[in-house]
Amino acid sequence: MSPKTLYDKIWDAHLVQEDEDGTSLIYIDRHLVHEVTSPQAFEGLRLTGRTVRAPDKTIAVPDHNVPTTEDRVNGITNPESRIQVEALDKNAKDFGIHYYPVSDVRQGIVHIIGPENGWTLPGMTIVCGDSHTATHGAFGSLAHGIGTSEVEHVLATQTLIQKKSKNMKVEITGQLSPGVTAKDIVLTIIGRTGTAGGTGYVIEYCGEAIRALSMEGRMTICNMAIEGGARAGLIAPDQTTFDYIKGREHAPKAEDWDAAVAWWQSLRSDDDAHWDKVVTIKGEEIAPVVTWGTSPEDVLPITAEVPSPEAFKGGKVGAAKRSLEYMGLQPGQKLTDVEIDTVFIGSCTNGRIEDLRAAAAVLKGHKVKPGLRAMVVPGSGLVRKQAEEEGLAEIFTEAGFEWRMAGCSMCLAMNPDQLSVGERCASTSNRNFEGRQGRGGRTHLMSPQMAAAAAITGRLTDVREMLSPEPEPA
Amino acid sequence: MEKFTQLSGIAAPLPLVNVDTDMIIPKQFLKTIHRTGLGKNLFDEMRYDDKGNEIPDFVLNQPAYREAQILVTGDNFGCGSSREHAPWALEDFGIRCVIATSFADIFFNNCFKNGILPIALPEAERDMVMTDAEKGANARIEVDLVSQTITLSDGTTINFDVDPFRKHCLLNGLDDIGLTMEKVDAIAAFETQASSSRPWV
Repeated sequence: MSPKTLYDKIWDAHLVQEDEDGTSLIYIDRHLVHEVTSPQAFEGLRLTGRTVRAPDKTIAVPDHNVPTTEDRVNGITNPESRIQVEALDKNAKDFGIHYYPVSDVRQGIVHIIGPENGWTLPGMTIVCGDSHTATHGAFGSLAHGIGTSEVEHVLATQTLIQKKSKNMKVEITGQLSPGVTAKDIVLTIIGRTGTAGGTGYVIEYCGEAIRALSMEGRMTICNMAIEGGARAGLIAPDQTTFDYIKGREHAPKAEDWDAAVAWWQSLRSDDDAHWDKVVTIKGEEIAPVVTWGTSPEDVLPITAEVPSPEAFKGGKVGAAKRSLEYMGLQPGQKLTDVEIDTVFIGSCTNGRIEDLRAAAAVLKGHKVKPGLRAMVVPGSGLVRKQAEEEGLAEIFTEAGFEWRMAGCSMCLAMNPDQLSVGERCASTSNRNFEGRQGRGGRTHLMSPQMAAAAAITGRLTDVREMLSPEPEPA
Repeated sequence: MEKFTQLSGIAAPLPLVNVDTDMIIPKQFLKTIHRTGLGKNLFDEMRYDDKGNEIPDFVLNQPAYREAQILVTGDNFGCGSSREHAPWALEDFGIRCVIATSFADIFFNNCFKNGILPIALPEAERDMVMTDAEKGANARIEVDLVSQTITLSDGTTINFDVDPFRKHCLLNGLDDIGLTMEKVDAIAAFETQASSSRPWV
């Protein structure tokens, strides 16, 4: 048998049918659904008299539109948002799919609650009408975003028409330096390969620095595979994965568990597998980074200066000029001199318990700089609850952060959490596009630690200065 | 889905790279539960100022391009969010064909589900189309899916590639779901086999 990559193995295990030209029908194990990209798909089912083929494999949750203030128990005031959430309530009920309503403590961002409740397992195919579905690849599952027409296709047939992507390996060797996180790894990768560097590929992330990451860190990496252009990102499952899954509500139990682990252990790329593209980065070379522009590829170490557009080539020259104008930055300006107005900690990229722990560790004993707006939006109700039990919520609120309910929030600003024109935000989210966090808003992407550091100083800050403070003079 | 066979129309030049789906249709317009009516908000933040007035410089606000049916643009068009509202907005505005040097994966797929033909061309050829588009309303461009050719206003023709299955679906306006439903026996057989080999799923 010819050697295979992890992606090849999962693909082969889900192939229902393949045509001569490579057009394939792939079976889908888990279909995650949220309120923004699904109403038209359910409408399509109704119009054609079709049903959901596998309601037991379909899991829905409202996350994009939901307010994150505690008064949301009284209902959503924005009429359009309310209609969309109510439509999901009704669709979930009418079609008999699993559902976590806003009132459920397990409600949260779809990509956080899937793993948290044991729906996401190694070797699965997982789709959702949301580009950050790539997150679930951290478990060694093939997970990617789809459009609403494809949502309808999966609801009706539990399959997807696909052509196989190419295989790309991204290896992070060695170890990370203090202050460097999974977010810095993935932003550094995108900074090197570009936002189209992974187009046409499924990426497998591997190497010693990846192996050393927790599941939370691995999810941060795979989450942003899409920002690198890839269809999906994968990390082979190992003991860290199995330990995370065991005991979760929908994880396999008893003899099923043993059989599952036996199969999961085979889910790794063969040593002599073929890669269409390979990128290798030394873990030691990765610094804490921030974005300066309006594309996730606009990444620099925090110690760097704002680049000049002339440093780029082709269409990127104009793009960089446009970015700097939008961001209100000057070439040559030190990144650590850039003052911010707002800090947002949350999102499917960095809204998990480990992210909150890391930010709280930096914040402990400090205050948010006066005048700054700072908010923490836990990725799920369960993350929020755990953070409260661990005393993290108290650290955040004492420092001056708002402690919010779970949802997508200011990552894409579909709910009331938005930036205003010119407002500059240190954000742990995934996209710094023009207008992403609110019309005219300016986003700098970074890790939770870096966002916490920025909250204290009021400017983009090298968190390493806070991790190892200068000793007091003798 | 509306068929796509041949299109003769005005092409609007949008010489930007990495145009993301937040630019194509900002998030505040995703609150709809319908597919239609998004055309007026296509490229909203580039097209209108804070007060909702048209920004005259933006290409689709210029008299020559208000009726454009083809968009000519740069690398990695449609990157970012998976929102199908992006092709819905293009289609609702009247754009049936996007010509770029490259596309983001999910957007590219979404176009084919909505009767829009995305064409990826090498840079030199995209530049020829861009130059023609910049001539304005007198330069009509013809796109023929059957022969896989673009004909510029001076008669120059450019060939393009398209996946045969997707071409077939576009030419005939076929609904993917209907096609897959015909394979229901194969799906059921897969489910039976999978439930014994991976019962925990």
